[in-house]
Amino acid sequence: MRGSGIALGTAGLAAFLALGEAVPRLGLVKEAYFPPTSRIASALVDEVRDGAFWTALGDTLTGWALGLAIAVSAGVVVGVLVSVVPYLREATASTIEFLRPIPSVALIPLAVLLYGTELRSVLLLVVYASFWQVLVQTLYGVQDVDPVADETARSYGLGTWARVRHVLWPTALPYVMTGVRLAASVALILAITAELVIGAPGLGKRIAVAQTSQAVPEMYALIVVSGLLGLCINVGARTVERRALAWHQSVRGEVAV
Amino acid sequence: MRRLLLRTVFVLALPVLLLLAWWFASDGSTDVYWPPLRTILKTFPDVWTADRLRTDVFPSVLRLAAGYALAAAVGVGLGTLIGSSRRVRAVCEPVLEFLRAVPPPVLVPVIMLFAGIGDTMKIVVIASGCVWPVLLNTVEGVRAVDSVMLETARSYGITGVTRLRHLVLRSASPQIFAGLRQALSIGIILMVISEMFAASDGIGFTVVQFQRSFAIPDMWTGILVLGLLGFLLSVVFQLVERRVLGWYHGLRASTRRTP
Amino acid sequence: MLDVRGLKKVYEGSGRRVEAVRDLTFTVEAGELVCLVGPSGCGKTTLLKCMGGLLAPTAGDVLLEGRRVTGPPPGMAFVFQEYGRSLFPWMRVGENVELPLKQKNLSRSRRRELVADALRSVGLADAAGAYPWQLSGGMQQRVAIARALAYEPRVLLMDEPFAAVDAQTRADLEDLVRGLWRERGITILFVTHDIDEAVYLGERVVVLSASPTVVQEQLKVDLPDERDQLHTRVAPRFAELRTHVYEQIQAAKRGTPVVTVTKSDTPPLH
Repeated sequence: MRGSGIALGTAGLAAFLALGEAVPRLGLVKEAYFPPTSRIASALVDEVRDGAFWTALGDTLTGWALGLAIAVSAGVVVGVLVSVVPYLREATASTIEFLRPIPSVALIPLAVLLYGTELRSVLLLVVYASFWQVLVQTLYGVQDVDPVADETARSYGLGTWARVRHVLWPTALPYVMTGVRLAASVALILAITAELVIGAPGLGKRIAVAQTSQAVPEMYALIVVSGLLGLCINVGARTVERRALAWHQSVRGEVAV
Repeated sequence: MRRLLLRTVFVLALPVLLLLAWWFASDGSTDVYWPPLRTILKTFPDVWTADRLRTDVFPSVLRLAAGYALAAAVGVGLGTLIGSSRRVRAVCEPVLEFLRAVPPPVLVPVIMLFAGIGDTMKIVVIASGCVWPVLLNTVEGVRAVDSVMLETARSYGITGVTRLRHLVLRSASPQIFAGLRQALSIGIILMVISEMFAASDGIGFTVVQFQRSFAIPDMWTGILVLGLLGFLLSVVFQLVERRVLGWYHGLRASTRRTP
Repeated sequence: MLDVRGLKKVYEGSGRRVEAVRDLTFTVEAGELVCLVGPSGCGKTTLLKCMGGLLAPTAGDVLLEGRRVTGPPPGMAFVFQEYGRSLFPWMRVGENVELPLKQKNLSRSRRRELVADALRSVGLADAAGAYPWQLSGGMQQRVAIARALAYEPRVLLMDEPFAAVDAQTRADLEDLVRGLWRERGITILFVTHDIDEAVYLGERVVVLSASPTVVQEQLKVDLPDERDQLHTRVAPRFAELRTHVYEQIQAAKRGTPVVTVTKSDTPPLH
């Protein structure tokens, strides 16, 4: 079954690529707007040979990784703190509910004014967007702590710190990992958005340049690269999540947030 | 009564505190980029007049609604189709995984090639970004319909449209809503970005105009409006979700009580 | 009414071949209440699903009133063991009971009538507006039974319906099923792994062997029609019958070939 699944998937991918080749060749859409797969592939080869492409890729990844790291550490620390300190959770709930849905792109004009096309512009957007993912999942996770387990720990005289380490953190970890996975893909979206709209160096800026110079096949090639990058991040994050949860009794469904 | 009072205090205390902090920290600020909150609030009613709501906010929201609705219809429809057959799913999976991974904002330049810079472009951009989370979550939801429920339906001759409406889609609805939720935040992002790229009206367009003309307090009010819009849409979504998925939350609560 | 002839079911998948049911032949007469018992894992559920048209047999036939069953026949209703997964949690009790009727081209008022009547019969007249997950396990299974009743089947197939409820609820539900059977004259085929339950409920008990399954023995339950938990279960005849079935099942587990090829329906008194 697994083998045939892979075969079917490969066939689907091949059909997708063939369709991308045939549709412009048959004149169903203008080649100038939608170059055939082979043209995109050759543009991709040219990109890969270009040193500037690798610099751009490196810039995007730097913004992504740095932003994600800041967001995850801040999200986890704030999440645990808010849940452990008495009354803090109730007091912050309304503020979190209000700030979370604010679209991070609203901050674009501010980022432009404050930091221009620097890396800090990218980081502002990436951190704002991914922080909430991690925070909210951490809060869910801590809420899921079995009261019996917590009371048991209390009755054996474990202190706050010990309870956080041995009861709260293991329960919350699966949720935190889900948060990290969601944050990883959101961070990529915002990193590339910042480059595309603000013009910070990276893949997004390269796409914008290709667009303004009418280099359509190059633009498609770069979009494919951004898709592959997203794919690697998704698959990687899911693998890490599964590893981290291997001990967990059930890999839970996603919390709808 | 006392509990209600306590709750109100909890809900309001921190926001009020934060606003006060902002007010006093920024009061007397001479930094052009961080105008005093007093100035921002004073500018607000001058900028966001009824006229502006009609010419900028309304078109934005309309485009978002159109794109989002399109994405929801296509996502749920295709997702049900793909999710119902193991074979189709195996064929489509790698392609869908790739398409979902493409960061939606990079679609803006591509769609501009095809659809110009009008309303169509923006609606298509929003729809093509929102469709993936809905589609993939629907596939998962439809795939995971309980086997006993499917057999129950079969043994009672529940088939066709009735089966789809009362069993498959209802059973997948928690996942579909999780997808719609993700799609909503992507939709707002794309609404703003598509207007920043090329537009003659809309909130995103207006905010960028303020920034470019260095009307800083006006720009700040624009950021506040975007924030309020995001918050309002999320409240509306939650109301709808709570109504449609009331059974699901009840079910979860009841299984939590009796493990 | 319901004939099973030479039924055989083999599961094949990923190089493994499991013969769940080897060769089963038996008949259920119209208006009878027959209990099927057998050791756990003997393919009872497989058999019932073949009879309900949910699974296609590898060989042999199931006939309902002389016609071959190829899919779920309209005159048949199924009650599953997993009541929690068989009722739709997004529908209220009344809607759950009504849903199968919507396919039957009945008028709205007739549907209402059937739903109300079925819920009353299982003692849940007031629960129509509740969600299934708000009810206890036993009440949920009552809803599932009501859904089957409203469907107005001639044959009711029940797959270990009370395996997941507590003992007291179980006794109530057993009496409910017997009461409904006597009142409505439906043909019932009741699968269980509980010997006492089989003897208490059934007019006839079909004992199945271990997998691959064949009929180990059939015996008529010659207890009076009026049965109740208090007296029937302590009657000497009840004890004899259950001992006999128990021995047969132990023999089936050991894989001993059928020793007593009883042509007579009743076992000899010990």
